[in-house]
Amino acid sequence: MALELKSVTKRVGANLHVKETSLILHPGHFNVLLGATGSGKTSLIKLMAGLDPLASGEIWMDGQNVSKLNTQKRNISLVHQFFINYPHMTVYENIASPLKVAGMAKSEIQGRVEEAADILQLRPMLQRMPHELSGGQQQRTALARAIAKESKAVFLDEPLANLDYKLREELRDQLPELFAGRGAVVVYATSEPEEALLLGGQTALMEDGHVTQFGVTADIYRNPANVSAAAVFSDPPINTAAIVKQGSTATLNAGVSWELTGEAAGLSDGDYTIAIRPHHIVPIANDKAKVRMSGRVQVTELSGSESSAHFEMGTGSWVSLAPGVHPYQVGEMHEFFMDPTAAYVFAPDGSRVA
Amino acid sequence: MKTVNQKAWFFVLPVLVLVAFNALIPMMTVVNYSVQETFGNNVFLWQGLDWFQQLLTEERFYKALGRQFMFTGLILIIEIPLGIAIALAMPRQGIWVPVCLVLMALPMLIPWNVVGAMWNIFTLPDIGLLGYFLNNVLGIQYDMTQDPIAAWITIITMDVWHWTSLVVLLAYAGLVSIPDAYYQAAKIDGASNWSVFRFIQLPKMKPVLTIAILLRFMDSFNIYTEPFVLTGGGPGNSTTLLSIDLVKRALGQFDLGPAAAMSLIYFAITLLVSWLFYTLMTKDDLN
Repeated sequence: MALELKSVTKRVGANLHVKETSLILHPGHFNVLLGATGSGKTSLIKLMAGLDPLASGEIWMDGQNVSKLNTQKRNISLVHQFFINYPHMTVYENIASPLKVAGMAKSEIQGRVEEAADILQLRPMLQRMPHELSGGQQQRTALARAIAKESKAVFLDEPLANLDYKLREELRDQLPELFAGRGAVVVYATSEPEEALLLGGQTALMEDGHVTQFGVTADIYRNPANVSAAAVFSDPPINTAAIVKQGSTATLNAGVSWELTGEAAGLSDGDYTIAIRPHHIVPIANDKAKVRMSGRVQVTELSGSESSAHFEMGTGSWVSLAPGVHPYQVGEMHEFFMDPTAAYVFAPDGSRVA
Repeated sequence: MKTVNQKAWFFVLPVLVLVAFNALIPMMTVVNYSVQETFGNNVFLWQGLDWFQQLLTEERFYKALGRQFMFTGLILIIEIPLGIAIALAMPRQGIWVPVCLVLMALPMLIPWNVVGAMWNIFTLPDIGLLGYFLNNVLGIQYDMTQDPIAAWITIITMDVWHWTSLVVLLAYAGLVSIPDAYYQAAKIDGASNWSVFRFIQLPKMKPVLTIAILLRFMDSFNIYTEPFVLTGGGPGNSTTLLSIDLVKRALGQFDLGPAAAMSLIYFAITLLVSWLFYTLMTKDDLN
């Protein structure tokens, strides 16, 4: 079983909401669609679910072309950001509804509903109405419906976005377990990079209606293919700056320079962009972070065990993130040290070169 | 210690005055009339509950009450399902939405006595468009000034024409507020159109439909102008609804005492039915 998109597009009026996209999604791990609001995650899910028609391309499931197949014949489930349950049915009836429509025997329905209810800890609530449940329980009911259906593909469209912080963490920890060993292709859309990293599996980065990079989530984090991919997995935002390479020396426009090593040293001379994560710029030098930068601190933030500082150097604005509490003075000059070996180097067209 | 002053009363004064003049004082005047007999000249004789007793033992009152319930029942049975059906058929987006909404709102913008006059002329057998067509083209005997059935069909049709759009607009508002995600969930489950209506649209429309039924009940139960202009309660007394009967008593016969007693009973019935209906419909939602 695999879900395969072959050059699919979606058109609304004159606009392409999904630009030509090809992906092969496998069961056994989470397939995360990661992108900002409006990047096309939901549009892509609706295409895969068959809720919207394809403008071009094909979708294959389990070695079968399902492009023209009706939604209900594709045997899929969809869990929304909003808690969607039938308002005048009990939790039991809600979980059982797709099975009932499929014409399954009563005893089998009961078995499946109870199994799903056990997994999602809904046993005591089976006879309640959705409006008598908390948000977390309502969403668990929607998830139980997807699990009881045992569909081939499960689409989770930002399912945790409307839950409060604690419940979100709790359910996020349970999610991979819930679908483990069920043989379904699980697609999970989110706008939070942290969620993608925590869920593991594979990630497709989405931007402006197309997939910019697809692969094992941790690999994308370590090896972004372009500037925007590098920016996605970074909070606080990644630092980007223009450099000029001449010989083996890289120079920032603020006058800071260093010796290039590794792949970067082999590039031809010229203009490049570097991206460097905030935690590779720290206030105390070490054997890796050696390039001295000094700037005027604009904003500081202390989040538990880490402190961040936004500072201005020349015309550029930079962010540093370091473990521990550091006594920054807003408005004062401070020194920071960058680890140049951790910098990603991009060509002027945005593609990664080192 | 806090100083206490009575200034707050000034803030409630406007609403108290307003309610007093538009509800309490007229209402108490009616109560006053209902327990006394008057022959004008400001002479009043105490009657106690005589008028109530007389009214509640009188066939005329029960007949008018029966006709009133029949009228309200019939228009509710027609207008609510018809309103829902039209709302379901209306487009949800695109340029036809405002067109439909305006068309729907039009009948409600026409003054009530004009509606009555329109339908009166429309259905006249000799000059009315509909009346002439039915009698002289299709050959169907139709004269609401002679035939009680024709009169009933006409007032029911008129009310349906005038007020179904209110139900449509309320039901439509309920429909468009249902998130797309519900329809998607139903589509994925493979639910039939009927199931979508029964398990998503109808439950989601319930609050607005409750209000629609309540408004249509109260309005139709108190209806006066349109049937008065259309049939004047005739032929005979066949379309004499409660309000028409009430006005006949009060202004035709100048029986102010019995008319006042009838007003109070009328009011009590409207209030009771509305309260019962609303309590029953919302009892699930409260707990």
